[in-house]
Amino acid sequence: MRTVLSVLVRNSAGVLSHVSGLFTRRGYNIDSLSVGETEDATKSIITLVVSEEEEMVRQIEKQLYKLVDVLEIRELTGEDALKRELVLLTVKSSRETRHELLTLINVFKARVVDMSESEIMIEMVANPRRISGFLRAFSEFGIIEMARTGTIALPFPASG
Amino acid sequence: MAKNNNNQGSSAKTSATRTEKTVLTKSGAEVLIDTVLANKIDSCWGYPGGAILPFYDAMYGSNLKHYLVRHEQAAAHAAEGFAKATGKVGMCIATSGPGATNLVTGITDAKMDSVPILALTGQVATTAIGTDAFQECDIYGITIPITKYNALIRYADEVADITETAIRVAQSGRPGPVLIDFPKDIQVAHTARLKPGKLPIPPRHYEKPPVVGDLARLADAINRARAPLLYVGGGAIHSGAYANLIKLAEKAQIPVVSTLMGLGAFPGTHDLSLGMLGMHGMAYANKAVQECDLLISAGARYDDRVATDKSDFASQALRAHIDVDQAEINKRVKVDFYIAGDLNDVIAELIPKVKQVKERAWVTFCRDLKAANPLRFNKNGSFIKPQQLIYRLWQKTRGEAIISTDVGQHQMWAAQYYAFNGPRQWLTSGGLGTMGFGFPAALGAKIGCPEKDVVVISGDGSFQMNMQELATARMYNIPVKIIVFNNGFLGMVRQWQELFYENRFSSSDMDYNPDFAKLCAAFDIPAKRITADHEVEEALDFLLNTKDVCLIEVAIPREEKVYPMVSSGTGYREMVDFDSSKEAGDEVKIIPNEPAARDGYVTRGKK
Repeated sequence: MRTVLSVLVRNSAGVLSHVSGLFTRRGYNIDSLSVGETEDATKSIITLVVSEEEEMVRQIEKQLYKLVDVLEIRELTGEDALKRELVLLTVKSSRETRHELLTLINVFKARVVDMSESEIMIEMVANPRRISGFLRAFSEFGIIEMARTGTIALPFPASG
Repeated sequence: MAKNNNNQGSSAKTSATRTEKTVLTKSGAEVLIDTVLANKIDSCWGYPGGAILPFYDAMYGSNLKHYLVRHEQAAAHAAEGFAKATGKVGMCIATSGPGATNLVTGITDAKMDSVPILALTGQVATTAIGTDAFQECDIYGITIPITKYNALIRYADEVADITETAIRVAQSGRPGPVLIDFPKDIQVAHTARLKPGKLPIPPRHYEKPPVVGDLARLADAINRARAPLLYVGGGAIHSGAYANLIKLAEKAQIPVVSTLMGLGAFPGTHDLSLGMLGMHGMAYANKAVQECDLLISAGARYDDRVATDKSDFASQALRAHIDVDQAEINKRVKVDFYIAGDLNDVIAELIPKVKQVKERAWVTFCRDLKAANPLRFNKNGSFIKPQQLIYRLWQKTRGEAIISTDVGQHQMWAAQYYAFNGPRQWLTSGGLGTMGFGFPAALGAKIGCPEKDVVVISGDGSFQMNMQELATARMYNIPVKIIVFNNGFLGMVRQWQELFYENRFSSSDMDYNPDFAKLCAAFDIPAKRITADHEVEEALDFLLNTKDVCLIEVAIPREEKVYPMVSSGTGYREMVDFDSSKEAGDEVKIIPNEPAARDGYVTRGKK
């Protein structure tokens, strides 16, 4: 089961070592980790995607909460949170495939960043599931290089 | 003339400015010393070196008393021994690089056994950090997984806050070690921030945690239970739950088993005490776990030496878990319900909610279990039996001594045959199993509790891991009493090799051990070596009556084993008890948890 944990932390020098070290030391499986500043420059959010059973996720939360730099932990797995990843991709292209590639890019609402005789560079921002679908669709053309961020997430504003 | 006057005038002005400055600011080292003293830490153990020299200079003539050890590992263990015996924070100091890394074993030990110690390490100057400078090492990075809190001080202005934070975190909730890495230039840099302000971390790390969970359900479960059993661990000692545990157990008539770390949390000779459970626990304790219908774990963590088979540990019973550390709940063994919070608070709230019980058939059943399953060993000619010697030591010290052990067979015999009257008498490395812990820990304990007898129980293997501290004991005249059981083997390793590796004694033979009495003579420490049964009485008297640090080396048979034994990964059903017919000699039976046993043998009054 994939769980998205949004961990608000104090911006201290060793905070990332403390959090990532906890995962290696206790053998928790982690799909992605992304870290960046928040609206408050003294705080960052570490977004973790973990593949563990429910009970283990609870254990991970409790262990994280023991770290002195951790201020708050929110689970943002469900529908009430927005999740996004960014992927950058360079794909082989030729006169014969270019049209099909551009159609696909359009279908996925991705964006062409650069182009040469033999390659197209694409960027796409979407939820992790769509990013995976996008990568599958392009793999048959021959992916030359790919870089993908981890998931970041925020809860939707409360309705009403 | 005029020129001279001018000079005098200007020098007078300079000195006035300097005086003013020393009032307003202090060096980082001085602020750190002030902050630890303000927290009532007035002694520390350590070893100087280049990167910590400014701190040692500031300590010179201060009120922080320093004990010089002979190896930094011993400084960390001495701080642990002090902390375990007193409940206060122990402090140890080392220089950067090798000094700092030598503390790592002790810090890890303190993490595993939840001991509040403050480790202070020197670090190369901030300008040199990251350049692979002489004796530079990333002790901050190294100690991330083994501390509750650690920090590298970057500015002198941070010293007071970081030191205060470290000390508060070490003691709060589930205690543990903290480390401050202190660069050499910051030790001498001056700051006007002499006192801590608002601490930079969330209050949950230094304030007492609230009680949350199913307290009413636990009271109800106790009131309904036919066969309730308390399973107490080290947390019961940290929270000071001794008096309330007795009240609860007596009011509801609940027998008590203890983990290795929990020994002394409940009086060992109390009618309701069933002694230690687990891998080398009493057969009666383990059998009670298999028979109870409600297991209340109190400050214990279902570890693999207790819940040896996690799928079959009191699986017939309703299991409740009380712990100050929420992360321990459902970590290894799933429980039916829990209460998170300070154990003493929880028990205090629980007592008025449980019904007074006069007598339970279950308590009688447990009493019969005790009588039917004593500890046993064979007496064979004039060989000294370590079990009997420890039992005799217990009688002679009326169960009141502080016992500090190393790791191995002697540790298990001590845990089995010395029934502790109360908490903070039992110093042992439980979680990490650190050989070399016992002797330096005893030094720390004796400094913390000078009025108590402090006895080291060690083995020939373990003692050699920190025997250089004989010099420290001699230097400060710290009168700990040392027993070294010598079987010329790593006894516990030998036991496993005999039972599980078909007698292939691979590297467990300690041939060429020193003559321990001669070794002591080199340090001007009185010592005796005994080899026969009839010498035990006199040797123990020598040990207990010598006013100085002293040692007895006790030759014991190499074949002696620790029983009962539950192998790793198997359940209590497969517990193997002593079989007298397989050994030479005649069987001796002892129940150290019998109330009458101790008082029948009093030979020595209080000092």
